[in-house]
Amino acid sequence: MKKFNRVFTVLIFIFLYVPMAVLIVASFDTGKSLAGFEGFTMQQYVRLFKDRTLLKLLGNSILLSVLASSIATVFGTVAAVGINGLNHRMRKTVMTLTNIPMTNPDIVTGVSLSLLFIFIGTKMLGIRNSLTFWTLLIAHVTFNLPYVILNVMPKLKQMDPSLKDAALDLGCTPLQAFCKVTLPEIMPGVASGAIMAFTMSLDDFVISYFVSGTGFVTLPVQIYTYVKKPLQPKVYAMFTLLFLLILVLMIVMNLLQARGMKKRSAAHAASK
Amino acid sequence: MSKELIRLQDLIMEFDGERILDGINLYINDHEFLTLLGPSGCGKTTTLRIIGGFLTPTSGKVLFDGKCINEEPAYKRQINTVFQRYALFPHLDVYDNVAFGLRVAKLPKAEIHERVQQMLEVVGLKGYETRRIDALSGGQQQRVAIARALVNRPKVLLLDEPLGALDLRLRKDMQNELKRIQQAMGITFIYVTHDQEEALSMSDTVVVMDKGRIQQIGRPEDIYNEPKNAFVADFIGESNILDGVMLSDYNVRFFGRTFACVDKGFAENEPVDVVIRPEDIDIVPAAEGSLVGTVTGITFKGLNYDIIVEFRGFKWLIQTTDYHGVGEVIGIRLNPEDIHIMHKSAYSGMFGDYSSYSAEYDELTEDAGNEEN
Amino acid sequence: MKKTKSVLLTTPYILWMVAFTLIPLGVVAYYALTDPATGEFSLTNIRELGMYLPVLGSSIWYSLVSSAICLLLGYPVAYYIAHRSPLVQKFLYMLVMLPMCMSFLLRTLAWVGLLQDTGIINRLLGLIGIGPVTLIRTPGAVILGMVYNYLPYMVLPLYSTIVKIDHRLVEAAQDLGCNSRKVFSKVILPLSMPGILSGVTMVFVPAVSTFYISQKLGGTDTVMIGDVIERQFKQGSNPNLGAALSLVLMILVFVCTGIMNRFGGDEEGGVIA
Repeated sequence: MKKFNRVFTVLIFIFLYVPMAVLIVASFDTGKSLAGFEGFTMQQYVRLFKDRTLLKLLGNSILLSVLASSIATVFGTVAAVGINGLNHRMRKTVMTLTNIPMTNPDIVTGVSLSLLFIFIGTKMLGIRNSLTFWTLLIAHVTFNLPYVILNVMPKLKQMDPSLKDAALDLGCTPLQAFCKVTLPEIMPGVASGAIMAFTMSLDDFVISYFVSGTGFVTLPVQIYTYVKKPLQPKVYAMFTLLFLLILVLMIVMNLLQARGMKKRSAAHAASK
Repeated sequence: MSKELIRLQDLIMEFDGERILDGINLYINDHEFLTLLGPSGCGKTTTLRIIGGFLTPTSGKVLFDGKCINEEPAYKRQINTVFQRYALFPHLDVYDNVAFGLRVAKLPKAEIHERVQQMLEVVGLKGYETRRIDALSGGQQQRVAIARALVNRPKVLLLDEPLGALDLRLRKDMQNELKRIQQAMGITFIYVTHDQEEALSMSDTVVVMDKGRIQQIGRPEDIYNEPKNAFVADFIGESNILDGVMLSDYNVRFFGRTFACVDKGFAENEPVDVVIRPEDIDIVPAAEGSLVGTVTGITFKGLNYDIIVEFRGFKWLIQTTDYHGVGEVIGIRLNPEDIHIMHKSAYSGMFGDYSSYSAEYDELTEDAGNEEN
Repeated sequence: MKKTKSVLLTTPYILWMVAFTLIPLGVVAYYALTDPATGEFSLTNIRELGMYLPVLGSSIWYSLVSSAICLLLGYPVAYYIAHRSPLVQKFLYMLVMLPMCMSFLLRTLAWVGLLQDTGIINRLLGLIGIGPVTLIRTPGAVILGMVYNYLPYMVLPLYSTIVKIDHRLVEAAQDLGCNSRKVFSKVILPLSMPGILSGVTMVFVPAVSTFYISQKLGGTDTVMIGDVIERQFKQGSNPNLGAALSLVLMILVFVCTGIMNRFGGDEEGGVIA
């Protein structure tokens, strides 16, 4: 049984990673097709860095993700601290609200936001192009917020509430107590929430697709419109680079969590 | 004694309609070591948190140096706290924990350094400056918590069951240590505990609390020797509590007999509670005893035996160094100073009967006390 | 913390979420119930929905099949990961999560390269004298795409639930006479239920609403409800009908998650364990 599970797990991981391997291999291929490997080249990477449009799109995506995840992290952390102080019933109501974007299909979230922006823009303000960078940003902040809150809340719950009292006791104003004591304590949760929000934002296609207009387009949305014609291989090169970026982010996040885990187990050992 | 520092006036505290504190009146003198003692849920921690500024009373006043500080937030009060489970900052090392309050107060670096070093010296943690908090033992964490509070030179130090998490041996050492520090630094200590022995051995003044009310305030000796009601008599040490009638000054009648005592000032024929401490009872041969009873149980306690003796259906606890087997008929003698008389109270009849006594009883009550937060 | 302060800190967030999640859903309902031409209240869109019932039905069917396959594939994997040392668990967890963060458009496109008639799989089959087999543009390819894309959403909640099962319970069951099959069916499986429910929800919801997978891997007979909605908004020009369809999809999903929650208690945010 154990052996079966191991073999099975390996097979599933192969299943998960083969398509990505295909793309990475294709980024070093001289040919244009995904199906066969004709010869090794780094040419796609050179082309990628010469392609202003692609770089611009990537820049757009990164700008949007960084902005959206930063806003969501600050906003969400403050909200989580507030939610943590609410009584049980109010907290439950707010968490239900938080879960709506998580449970709603992306397509419904995208459609509903785009209709909202069009409704306000066209019907109420009389603007023709109501879908802009700002609407995209609002949409991304909205679906990032739950990730931040769901990462920060457990850390707040774990924290010994008398730590904050201790800070106040030692002369901190409530704001100082938050910065000097609460924030360092919940930092691992804030960081992993921020990273998760950033990757979700960077990779989001469905919601962005409905909410973005013609003025500001992100990389995934543009890739979708490429589907009519065969993809240019330099896109595979970009995929490979993004794969590395996300890999690094994941490792950083893991190290952060591992450090938190070690701290906790050490504290546990000391208390024995 | 020195001048008054803190006064609590008619403090009432309610949570969700439940009354936690029911009219607390108390004054605390400068340089005093005062202990709030009581079982879990008696309101002692709530009282401490009100003094610390973490709770605002529903009604009543907290006066500090004669000034009402109800509206003053915790961080502005010249009061520091040693928290129940220490509440040391896990992201800072020993030095940074102790220096925390001084840095918040923006003192010059050199002064911070000097005061932290001096304080670590006092608590015996020199050389531990860069240790992580989670690499310290419970006793060491305790010392850091004390240093972190005292380094700010507060007028008052609040201690919330600070020794609760330590084992018995360490607890005894820390009791002496705390007393020494308090005397050396001349700071007022307000100490919360459910451990009566700890309270009696450390305090200048003990405040016994139950159900949100103060039951008795006094020096440890007075609390022990002159308990005001059945609750205090039972909570502080062991007590046999009997129904009696005060015939006149210095004369009390119980078990159908009249005994000489040292109490006076009761109404004629007033029904009273009579307290007799188990260690005060002298066992004599049956023929010489003023009361005669039968031993129904015996437990070896190390220093002495606890024996249960039945007198006309009422069971007493007696502590004796001599062995008396079950079934043995013994006599007892009561000296006037061994008999303590109390007015009847709401607690009368609830305590002091050892009919269901067992050795586990102590442990059970101890556990219940530890659960308070 | 004082309650008023908590409320103060939470209020902007609540306002934001109401403005950008609740109100937009109201706007969807508004569009669904108005006539595209006149803007008047009308039930035309709702009446037209009947036409799309078969599409909705097949979307649900494909998603259910995908969820079931994900469960069968994901459970052994989650179980395996949950029984490694903590460090290995962390690493494998990361490996499961990593694909979720990569462009699913490109990863789906990679499957086109693998499955098409002249694709990698058919070439390999050709080497041993089989083929070419029609793999792409079949219902099977659509389901494969769904399973591939959403399998991590199944594994992660399953893992978080299984890893929390107290091993002493297994020992207790053995002590009470269960063989390993019975230990599984009587202890481990019932205790995994919250994870199974949240995993199934997390696969079903995105699967039932997808449009990209069916467009790239499916044929003309595998149109999904998501495709129809996308066409109404981006290619056709009847957003009102699209809104009505979205409304149906939303209600469907809320009913499903409601049922799941009823059985599973309120496990919050299964992915982020």
